[in-house]
Amino acid sequence: MMSNEHVDEISGIATTGHEWDGIKELNNPLPRWWVITFYVTIAWAAAYTIAYPAWPMLSSATKGVLGFSSRNDVKKELAAAEAAKGNYVAAIEQNTVSEIVANDALREFAVAAGGAAFKVNCVQCHGSGAQGSAGFPNLNDDDWLWGGKAEQIQETIMHGIRFASDLDTRVSEMPAFGDIITPEQITQVSAYVASLSGAVKDASLVEPGARVFAENCVACHGDKAQGNRELGAPNLTDAIWLYGSGETAIAAQVRAPKHGVMPAWAGRLGQTAVKELTVYVHSLGGGE
Amino acid sequence: MKFGTEIVLLSLFAFAALVAAGFGVDETFRQHMWVLFFTVAGFTVILMRNTEFKPAAPIDPTAYMDGPVRYGAIATMFWGVVGMLVGVVIALQLAYPDLNIPPWFNFGRLRPLHTSGVVFAFGGNALLCTSLYVVQRTCRARLFGGSLAWFVFWGYQLFIVMAATGYLLGITESREYAEPEWYVDLWLTIVWVAYLLLFLGTILKRKEPHIYVANWFYLSFIVTIAMLHVVNNLSMPASFLGSKSYSAFSGVQDALTQWWYGHNAVGFFLTAGFLGMMYYFVPKQANRPVFSYRLSIIHFWAIIFLYIWAGPHHLHYTALPDWAQTLGMAFSIMLWMPSWGGMINGVMTLSGAWDKLRTDPIIRMMVMAVAFYGMSTFEGPMMSIKAVNSLSHYTDWTIGHVHSGALGWVGMISFGAIYYMVPKLWNRDRLYSLRLVTWHFWLATLGIVVYAAVMWVSGIMQGLMWREYDEQGFLVYSFAETVAAMHPYYVMRAIGGAMYLSGALIMAWNVAMTIRGYQRKEQPLPGSVPALQPAE
Repeated sequence: MMSNEHVDEISGIATTGHEWDGIKELNNPLPRWWVITFYVTIAWAAAYTIAYPAWPMLSSATKGVLGFSSRNDVKKELAAAEAAKGNYVAAIEQNTVSEIVANDALREFAVAAGGAAFKVNCVQCHGSGAQGSAGFPNLNDDDWLWGGKAEQIQETIMHGIRFASDLDTRVSEMPAFGDIITPEQITQVSAYVASLSGAVKDASLVEPGARVFAENCVACHGDKAQGNRELGAPNLTDAIWLYGSGETAIAAQVRAPKHGVMPAWAGRLGQTAVKELTVYVHSLGGGE
Repeated sequence: MKFGTEIVLLSLFAFAALVAAGFGVDETFRQHMWVLFFTVAGFTVILMRNTEFKPAAPIDPTAYMDGPVRYGAIATMFWGVVGMLVGVVIALQLAYPDLNIPPWFNFGRLRPLHTSGVVFAFGGNALLCTSLYVVQRTCRARLFGGSLAWFVFWGYQLFIVMAATGYLLGITESREYAEPEWYVDLWLTIVWVAYLLLFLGTILKRKEPHIYVANWFYLSFIVTIAMLHVVNNLSMPASFLGSKSYSAFSGVQDALTQWWYGHNAVGFFLTAGFLGMMYYFVPKQANRPVFSYRLSIIHFWAIIFLYIWAGPHHLHYTALPDWAQTLGMAFSIMLWMPSWGGMINGVMTLSGAWDKLRTDPIIRMMVMAVAFYGMSTFEGPMMSIKAVNSLSHYTDWTIGHVHSGALGWVGMISFGAIYYMVPKLWNRDRLYSLRLVTWHFWLATLGIVVYAAVMWVSGIMQGLMWREYDEQGFLVYSFAETVAAMHPYYVMRAIGGAMYLSGALIMAWNVAMTIRGYQRKEQPLPGSVPALQPAE
């Protein structure tokens, strides 16, 4: 029993009689609600470990009376997801991309599936709205380097561009004209190319630039600079620029061109996903 | 000769660092050893300049040894401001990625600098200095081991410097909260064992018959951290003169060891240690007895027993076997009430002194700390429930949870303890200014509220966006879209953090002026002096 000497005056509750550097401790009991809640959590934990896999034994753990297994759960969910898509996926495997585009229900499914695949695999370069950025083409417009028909887009996605480890990859390589023509000629031809889609600073450069263009560039870009999709040569008249607009950016590209690389996706994603991606990209606005 | 042995040993240490800087097998190791050399050599020079050849003054064996406590209080403030500043910087880097300055000041290198800076440098120094303050007074005994306390203090600062500079150089084990490489880990082990000896030795020579509850908590924190640190960092260096090592564990066992460590770093470093702080400074500041001795015993042992098993909840829905996930969750749920035992004892200690909440901003700070402790020790078990965790895990909700614990509980209780200790350590009548404490209290509290609320919203939004599927079963959002959606919350988070940092800066000013012996002439806080009664 506590003697009366050890009672806290303010609360009237006994202390334990100890004191450390002036600190005393009241001898209050454990709060009842605290004890009850603690017991409830212990009881719940015991029940939970009976219901679910929990206690490690010699060779494996108790399985739990509910038969739960997270691996089985994932299997079931994946199977359900596959089953829900089943008919569509089979149809996409059997049809060509043009046929898919022509079939409303199938196209709708492929656009949704391709959009999801695009968000995971393509947004890093082409942007989450497929709007592209410097060096990475915008896929929403109708300006196509290698063609905007569904089969052409499919070919590009399957084999990539300048992707060395795919033998069928699309290849185009503009020569570095810094080694072929003079710096003055580069200035002139850049002014000419810029003039095809806008105003230039020095109009007197355009005329000689046109001559340089005729002698060096028409083989790939065409005599009207309209480009050539067979060769991956861009159209230079539409004010859409992959590596930057303006005479300086054009001159840099003439002198020592950048050559972007896109990976081949057939091996990584499989033909079905490539077809879905094709239909998605085709649907963005520029599909032909 | 004063410091004679120390100077010889430190010179040898500096020479060893110089040799390692010359013969290191990789560039970053050599750079790191140069840092070590200049740090130790500089320290040696300082000792040489302060040496004396007259016989040392005799030490009063009954007087408390408060030198390391004073240094520790200053180190706590210094590292606190540094760690919180880096926190605001990385918060801004997340909002504005252009602020990343490669290679040294990238988010990836600054983030461990922030976490280690606030947890181990700020929190660690706060625990170190308060534990040495408390153990002497509640045992009525001078610190054990002569200048061992000085070794522990300076050794710990060296660990902080080596860890921090290592992160910036890109030296890391990539284990969360245990990033330092093998040689820094070894050094910390030596320092930590010395800390254990220092603390235990002082308890053994106590003049009180019983060990006060604060010391149980401090001791459990020191012992458990020693065990966690050693086991989690078991690794084989690729070279004894190189910065790379390989963990003794692999795969999911490595992950589980890491989270056994990681969760108990929270449990024993940030909970048990700071509960020790609470059990001394709250009753002292309130001048009231601890609410319940029985509760303190039960919740102490329950925490110690249960916390150590809760780590697997960091690995829900991973390769960790189902049985371990179940147990991690079950133990986390059982941990709820033992954690709240500390909150009850902290808050109820104020019964009979509730009026002090109006008049004493330091008590207000401590009570806010205990309130945030209660909030985050409820949130933690809730987030360990697998169904909740499937939404919250990997999102900013976790970041918000950690910060309501770290800013609210750890930060506020440390601030309160420092405000209590500083005038006593330097023999001042009172703090430089209590009004500045009030400013600090409100800036810190509002900063936490902004921070935590913003992280709840953004974390739940992030989790919902990640798992959003359309009716055909396809993902609706790309990862980049979820990042873009977070931007406004990232900005607001940085504002909340900046408010908290500005409070800490005010405190640093207040503490510095108190140490220098100034007292601000100011109106007393309302209620702190009895209102004048009309004459009858």
